[in-house]
Amino acid sequence: MTAITVIDEPENPLRRAPLVEGKNDFASVTDIVARVAENKTPKGWYLLFGIAIALLLNLGAMIGYLIFTGVGVWGNNIPVGWGWPIVNFVFWIGIGHAGTLISAILFLFRQKWRTSINRASEAMTIFAVMAAGIFPAIHVGRIWVIYWVFPLPNQMSLWPNFKSPLLWDVFAVSTYFTVSALFWFVGLIPDLATFRDRAARAGRTVAARVYGVFAFGWHGGNRHWIHYEKAYLILAALSTPLVLSVHSIVSFDFAVSLLPGWHTTIFPPYFVAGAIFSGFGMVLTLMIPARKWLGLHELITLNHLDNIAKILLLTGTMVGYAYGMEFFIAWYSGVPYEQFAFINRATGPYWWAYWIMVSCNVISPQFFWFRSLRRNPTVLFIISIFVNIGMWFERFVITVTSLHRDFLPSSWGYFSPTIIDVLTYVGSFGLFFTFFLLFCRFLPILAISEIKGVMPEANPHHGHGDHGGHGGHGSSHKGHSGHGHAH
Amino acid sequence: MSNPWGVVAEFDSAAAIYAAAEKTTGHGYTRVDAHTPFPVHGLDHALKQGPSHLGWIVICCGALGIALAQLMMWWMNASDYPIWVSGKEPYAWPSTVPVTFECMVLLSAFGAVFGMFGLNKLPRLHHPIFAHSTIGRVTDDRFFLSIEATDPKFDRRATVTFLESIGGKHVEVLED
Repeated sequence: MTAITVIDEPENPLRRAPLVEGKNDFASVTDIVARVAENKTPKGWYLLFGIAIALLLNLGAMIGYLIFTGVGVWGNNIPVGWGWPIVNFVFWIGIGHAGTLISAILFLFRQKWRTSINRASEAMTIFAVMAAGIFPAIHVGRIWVIYWVFPLPNQMSLWPNFKSPLLWDVFAVSTYFTVSALFWFVGLIPDLATFRDRAARAGRTVAARVYGVFAFGWHGGNRHWIHYEKAYLILAALSTPLVLSVHSIVSFDFAVSLLPGWHTTIFPPYFVAGAIFSGFGMVLTLMIPARKWLGLHELITLNHLDNIAKILLLTGTMVGYAYGMEFFIAWYSGVPYEQFAFINRATGPYWWAYWIMVSCNVISPQFFWFRSLRRNPTVLFIISIFVNIGMWFERFVITVTSLHRDFLPSSWGYFSPTIIDVLTYVGSFGLFFTFFLLFCRFLPILAISEIKGVMPEANPHHGHGDHGGHGGHGSSHKGHSGHGHAH
Repeated sequence: MSNPWGVVAEFDSAAAIYAAAEKTTGHGYTRVDAHTPFPVHGLDHALKQGPSHLGWIVICCGALGIALAQLMMWWMNASDYPIWVSGKEPYAWPSTVPVTFECMVLLSAFGAVFGMFGLNKLPRLHHPIFAHSTIGRVTDDRFFLSIEATDPKFDRRATVTFLESIGGKHVEVLED
């Protein structure tokens, strides 16, 4: 599989594009995915993993320094009491949301193209939520009493205040992490069984044992599949409102306060749209190199990238609408403090952050009106980086510009991060990429059984003999007929 | 060869396993299951297998989540140590909605996942079917049909002949 050329032929737009390109059958799909974990570890992986581990160690050092010294090592101070930690928290948790959107919402909408990107996106969700969870935890100051956020008995006989959105956040984020991890694991079981059986056949006993334990003894029985598919459907139905609730509750952290610039009812939908936008940006950032380096072109096709680009265009424009609507409501409210907060956002000392945000989030996705740009991985990758940057700045703008002009001008200030802030944030990428690289190396990074399920020959009424050929123009494969056969 | 678990045959496509399942249940076998790399749609009808009742487990867990969350918040903030904050009653139902919702989702998800494992009797690391010579391909590209020895119509010789007659390959009798 060295030179795979995907020919971007003009096609009938009314015909659904095939989800799996090239001359693939069930066995070759298994092969393409399993090969990623079975082949000798590429040198590039060691290089990336080394960088990720170094950043992770740096994160550990920064957290250690913070705990031993105190939150004064950060730039947070009155009036900007919420600085980078909350910005990073919202940034990471938002990234997680695309994984759940792909795995749950697109599943409920029967969007079959999700099958080749859902596994990696769900992994992205879990690792992003882990990176997110660190920041509020270390931000509390006295981390040794972090268990006070949970409804556990403590020496003060005092329970948490359930009227606080910050506590709702604890419940929302921990539920989100748990449910995402369960959903991911349930999806992995049949594919871990695939890895188990391949390892056993190849005589790799240790690998077969390890995969076997986590595959739970899966043997693909139809009675099992009936309960399994039901569980998967229910988990999708639970995750859909869950993901919307999580970022709504994150936005309540801001919106329930009385601060101009935060106290708006548009926040929940605006945050959810932004979260999906940022998450799809990160999906592209991860999947474009992965599909290139791991040879997954036939499973993650240009049609998949095209669809993701359309979602970026839609959600980016929604976010742009929210930016405009915030200004309109500030003007329409007639409240001078609101009006000042927004004029100050766009023209005050943080004008540069505001306009980076607008350029990256509203202007850059507009390139995706053009089909040729949506199908160009290089352009997609560059814009996905802009999306990541823009969405980080969105959270920075919301947090910092609303706080730095306090109600009393004598309390006005200007927030600057310290080097510890920067290194901690960079370190969180180390955590994320360490886990993501381990996932790419040892686990099925595409949902093998789900991809087989959306191939035309998976339909029991598809008939014998004409499986395989499906609009592909690759090399001939085991003498199958049906070359370029339209279904 | 004293105590057979059942007979297993291999088929090479989704269409073949579907036809074989229809013929097997049509022939009067009842303890029949298919083993496939992915869920083959309609196979539950061909195998005469009923729908999953997992939904009832999940709805009970969800209701339990709602009840526990409400009880927890009422008891902690209004009964055991009443907290008057933000101008609201110690128990004010609107502010309990987010946490109640999250607890409902969490317990429902536990119900869905652990309920599914329970109904499927998983994890079960060893299963008699793993003794079949080509069963390793059930997670790749092959489809298997099993008839268990507990089936009233089961007969070691007749069942093997039957599975061979409907196109099964590698028909093997497996020990318990």
